[in-house]
Amino acid sequence: MTRKQWLLSGCVACTTLISTAAVAGPIENYSPVTQARLENPEPGNWMLYRRTYDGQGYSPLEQINTSNVKNLTPVWTFSTGVIEGHEAPPIVNNGAMFVTTPMGQVIALNAKTGEEYWRYKRQLPDDLFQLHPTNRGVGLWQDKLYLATTDDHVVALDAKTGKVVWDTKVQDYKKGQYLTLMPLVIDGKIIVGGSGGEFGVRGYVVAYDANSGKELWRTFTIPAPGEPGSETWTGDDWKTGGGSAWMTGNYDKDTRTVYWGVGNAAPWPGDAHPGDNLYTTSVLGLDPETGKIRTHFQYHQNDSWDWDEVEAPMLVDVQRDGRTVKSLIHPGRNAIFWVLERKPDKISYVTGWPYVHTDVWKGIEPEIGKPIVDPAHKPVVGKRVEFCPSLWGGKDWPSAAYSQKTKYVYVPANENTCGGFSGEKVALVPGQLWLGTKPEDIGLTLRPGAKHIGELQAWDPATGKKVWSHSFPKSQLFGSVLATAGDLVFVGGTNDRYFRAFDAKSGELLWEQKTNSGIMGMPVSYEVDGTQYIAIQSGWGVDAQRIQDALATQNIGVENNVPQGGVVWVFAVKK
Amino acid sequence: MRCPKPTRRSLLLTTLATGAFLTGGKFAAAQEDQPGSSDRPKKGDLLVVSEGERVGAVIAPGDVKLGEPPLHAWPKDPKTSVVRNGSRLNEILVIRLDPGEMDEETRSRSAEGIAAYSAICTHTGCSVTGWLKSETGDKDVLKCFCHNSEFNPREGAQVVFGPAPRRLPALPLAIADGSLTIAATFVGKVGAQQPG
Repeated sequence: MTRKQWLLSGCVACTTLISTAAVAGPIENYSPVTQARLENPEPGNWMLYRRTYDGQGYSPLEQINTSNVKNLTPVWTFSTGVIEGHEAPPIVNNGAMFVTTPMGQVIALNAKTGEEYWRYKRQLPDDLFQLHPTNRGVGLWQDKLYLATTDDHVVALDAKTGKVVWDTKVQDYKKGQYLTLMPLVIDGKIIVGGSGGEFGVRGYVVAYDANSGKELWRTFTIPAPGEPGSETWTGDDWKTGGGSAWMTGNYDKDTRTVYWGVGNAAPWPGDAHPGDNLYTTSVLGLDPETGKIRTHFQYHQNDSWDWDEVEAPMLVDVQRDGRTVKSLIHPGRNAIFWVLERKPDKISYVTGWPYVHTDVWKGIEPEIGKPIVDPAHKPVVGKRVEFCPSLWGGKDWPSAAYSQKTKYVYVPANENTCGGFSGEKVALVPGQLWLGTKPEDIGLTLRPGAKHIGELQAWDPATGKKVWSHSFPKSQLFGSVLATAGDLVFVGGTNDRYFRAFDAKSGELLWEQKTNSGIMGMPVSYEVDGTQYIAIQSGWGVDAQRIQDALATQNIGVENNVPQGGVVWVFAVKK
Repeated sequence: MRCPKPTRRSLLLTTLATGAFLTGGKFAAAQEDQPGSSDRPKKGDLLVVSEGERVGAVIAPGDVKLGEPPLHAWPKDPKTSVVRNGSRLNEILVIRLDPGEMDEETRSRSAEGIAAYSAICTHTGCSVTGWLKSETGDKDVLKCFCHNSEFNPREGAQVVFGPAPRRLPALPLAIADGSLTIAATFVGKVGAQQPG
């Protein structure tokens, strides 16, 4: 090794040391994470994105319930020191909590006291174009954590110390590739999906070996010529067609099938990419061993509205017509509440209905579940088209939840919004945004006479009936939902900075707490030493802020003064 | 393509993020392999058009019109003719303003009313591409559509709206032999800053 090489090698080591500054760590007595624990997590832990592989966002803990939630009080808080949208669930494994923040930080905390063990700070490139500067959490396996970064790497960290174990480049961030999701961990495979559809990338899902970081398989969400589904694309559109897979998938451990949501086509106007455009705006059924696409269902064809359907559907057993339907439930960004039936090699349409106002769909073809589009509200190149709901849809990426007690699905919806844009033909510049419209031409409006915007909805998927709803007159609802066995539903997501608890059966507002910022993160529940806690990150930004800026122009009294800055809030019932 | 003058309505409806209307060829012509193409702008560099039909043309003072949106530019080494387009951190906004509306510091860095700033937002590193009426005033401002940050070029590109934590770095200009030239390096750090 020359002296120059030696110095360079030393600098790399320095960077690693600088990026991982121990505070009070390491974590002692860390509980290794196994496949058995992930498949049957202890009630007091939250080790997957939605706690369990089925994506239900449900905690079986019931110490905090409808009778005592009024006594819920903060027990500790922790300022992350980072602005922008904090979207990650606090991940908890036997008393150790891991939160991620925008700009690629991971903070390890004592889940009982809030004491910091260690912090990992990703050293992001100076020239990184961060459209969605956020992160949705770390995956766990054995004694390691896995972080997906906005500069398009997957990083393995030692769970006890935060030190980097391996760091694998996924693709090139300079071409608009990036990662924001929490990795899905199955049997030692670290599975992530790529963001970047708005940059004209080709979406994919990829798996890495948990120990080495070696790529095991990669499945593109847009088929190359000759592959099944390629007939739904025209010319070279498949190379730049979008189809981002930027949310964590769910997993059917019985059939060993991964269900992954796939985003919209690129650019936005549909006539810019003729065809049905598989597998955009779809759910894929994947073999986790090989990545092979076993089956799919496309929520709508030839997407033209930026209605990506990136949130994976929940796996729920639904009683319908005297039988148990092993279903996939997905309140879509396209305003349709989907109930599908899942089998390892086939996803079938069961039923669907609009859960917010829409003028785009004239109906759904009953046998195949294909929405019938009103062309008057389908964006095209060369003219301005208006449509409802807005491009943020009836529900964006924030997750709905399902209660195993009430059997209801709780949806963070946005009602009465419309929008539009003027489609135009634009040449793709790698690394630059590529929407097919001018950004200043994108609109968000409210329907005439609208009385509210955000709406927490409770639906019975067995009957298709809305059971209750709670409206927010002057705010969008842009936060994920937690359901608990204490018959409670928790959600933030409003611009008044409140975190709220509702009666899961009746919808009655039972408790609320104002926080430092707006909440667009995901609430979780866990238990340490016999005490149940509720945890959430408050930290407004990204799309919640964009919607906020637009709503503030609508003369409905919406304030646009939500402060930014992340804080982990942890609550327990005062004894 | 430049940003058109929007109506007040479309301005108010402005929401999402982008720079999608940047025209082709911007990076396709990058000279990453040429020495100096990724270096930051240096004193004495010329400015060349970075997008549209006149890509590569040297910008003369007369090319920058009062009341028009900013020109997007790259620095160019006049000795080697290397255009410094190897890094997006070298994107520059060049705009002519009414000197009577400039604060003293901005005026001191301008040349015949022409000012220049980094085109990379200090918030999360997105491209600043808009020239629109401010959310909070009646004057046109530089806008980053990613997260709606706005900067007033008349007052050193200070932040007037949105989450950006600090102003866009200024690039002092001069006029030499009839050409617009760079008089000094960027004032301030270009791009986003890592949180503590």
